[in-house]
Amino acid sequence: MKNILTVSHLDLKIPDRLLFSDLNFSFPKNQLTCITGENGVGKTTLIKHILQDLEHKHEQHVQSTIDRSKIQYVPQLRNIDDDYPLCIRDFVSFGLKKRLLPWNSKKMKTKVEHILAETKLTHIASHPLGHASGGEKQRAYLAQALCADPELLILDEATASLDTDSKNFLLKLLKNIMHENNLTVLFITHDPELIEKYSDYELNLHNQTATLSKKEAVN
Amino acid sequence: MLEYNFMRYAFIAGIFIALICAFMGVFVVARQTSFFTHTLSEIGFSGASFGVFAGISPLLGMLLFTCTSGLLIGLSGEKVGRREASISVFSGLFLGLGILFLSLSEKQSNYATSILFGSIVGIDKANLMTLVLLSIVLLVIVALLFRPLAFNSFDAQGAEYNQRFNQLISITFLILLALTISITAQIVGSLLIFVLLTIPAQAAKYFVHSLNKMISLTFIFVLVGVWLGLYLSFLTDWPVSFFITVIEALLYGSAISKQKITTAHN
Repeated sequence: MKNILTVSHLDLKIPDRLLFSDLNFSFPKNQLTCITGENGVGKTTLIKHILQDLEHKHEQHVQSTIDRSKIQYVPQLRNIDDDYPLCIRDFVSFGLKKRLLPWNSKKMKTKVEHILAETKLTHIASHPLGHASGGEKQRAYLAQALCADPELLILDEATASLDTDSKNFLLKLLKNIMHENNLTVLFITHDPELIEKYSDYELNLHNQTATLSKKEAVN
Repeated sequence: MLEYNFMRYAFIAGIFIALICAFMGVFVVARQTSFFTHTLSEIGFSGASFGVFAGISPLLGMLLFTCTSGLLIGLSGEKVGRREASISVFSGLFLGLGILFLSLSEKQSNYATSILFGSIVGIDKANLMTLVLLSIVLLVIVALLFRPLAFNSFDAQGAEYNQRFNQLISITFLILLALTISITAQIVGSLLIFVLLTIPAQAAKYFVHSLNKMISLTFIFVLVGVWLGLYLSFLTDWPVSFFITVIEALLYGSAISKQKITTAHN
């Protein structure tokens, strides 16, 4: 089994306390790893720190087999209120990379339509994102990230505000997309049901350390 | 009406003002910097009177003040520019400073005050050329920055982690905004440019939902406002700025009503 990203001997402090000491773990490639732990243990802080190290090419504690541009991070909070005017198609297209010209090429348009279909958003693609439901919004965030052709996708509490049906729908979709595109997914979550059903691995953060364990995902 | 030179210039200027306001306005609204835009026009007034006081040109004073504040806001994060308290502080402080510089310079400067309430019918050929040049510069820079700027403006949180150079993009945008306000304020007054940079784009987002259409509709709203305003002003001899402001306010009112009616029907 190959690893996509390895963390070694990482200490992480925030101003008033030590979050982690001497962290050592790897994320397996092409697997869905759930990152779990109590509220406030520092799940998001750890991920953001790893991203920052990669951005600034500090390779002392974080070694990655892929370039930072191949990693997409979907943040937990987004400023999308009911009045948000832009349609889902345009919002998703922000993920497209590597083009200077303001308009999209035919190929890019086809790609966006393909991803919209993959994330089951085609029928509402012209509606404003502000009017979409919680599950649809999360799918739009996912679709936007997919437009950047990531190899590693990090979802931060993507299901926190969703009902059971939407949660399962999103995760099933994610698993399909993973297998089709050879994606590796890190999923920060609290949800025991989802961890049980969908995760291949679990990275549990507790007592300033991390333990990686294999899970037998049903799906 | 079009046999007068100044009317022809005003009508042509309308096209370029509409272009500038369409491309900048959509982003001003998306970034929620309408209030900062308003503050910038007061900062501009202050800068112009400083220019008069210091003996440099008012335009130079204005550019100096607006670009510096754009840079500072960009460096300290745009959230600061959205805070109610900081808006009141800046707006009051700079108006006060403007009055101070005017009184210190001991000149009865119509120039500085006319920046607040300039008029589009007073413009000459040189003004028109400045507008055309400004539009070209702005359009080229916005076109080059379009993708990252749109991502950063419409989805700040997403862009923060998945796009580089966000702060540089924000600062560039704020400086472009400062440039726009300083230069256009000389020609049509900063009150009018504030109206045209914010209201049409606010209204457009209730009617259409794609970025291209928002820009196009904003362009149409500005152009209709300016041209119709010029025509009505020609007929009645009332100030153009008044008519333009009323037309834009009506457009915004119709957008809100449309929104209310559609929500009521759902």
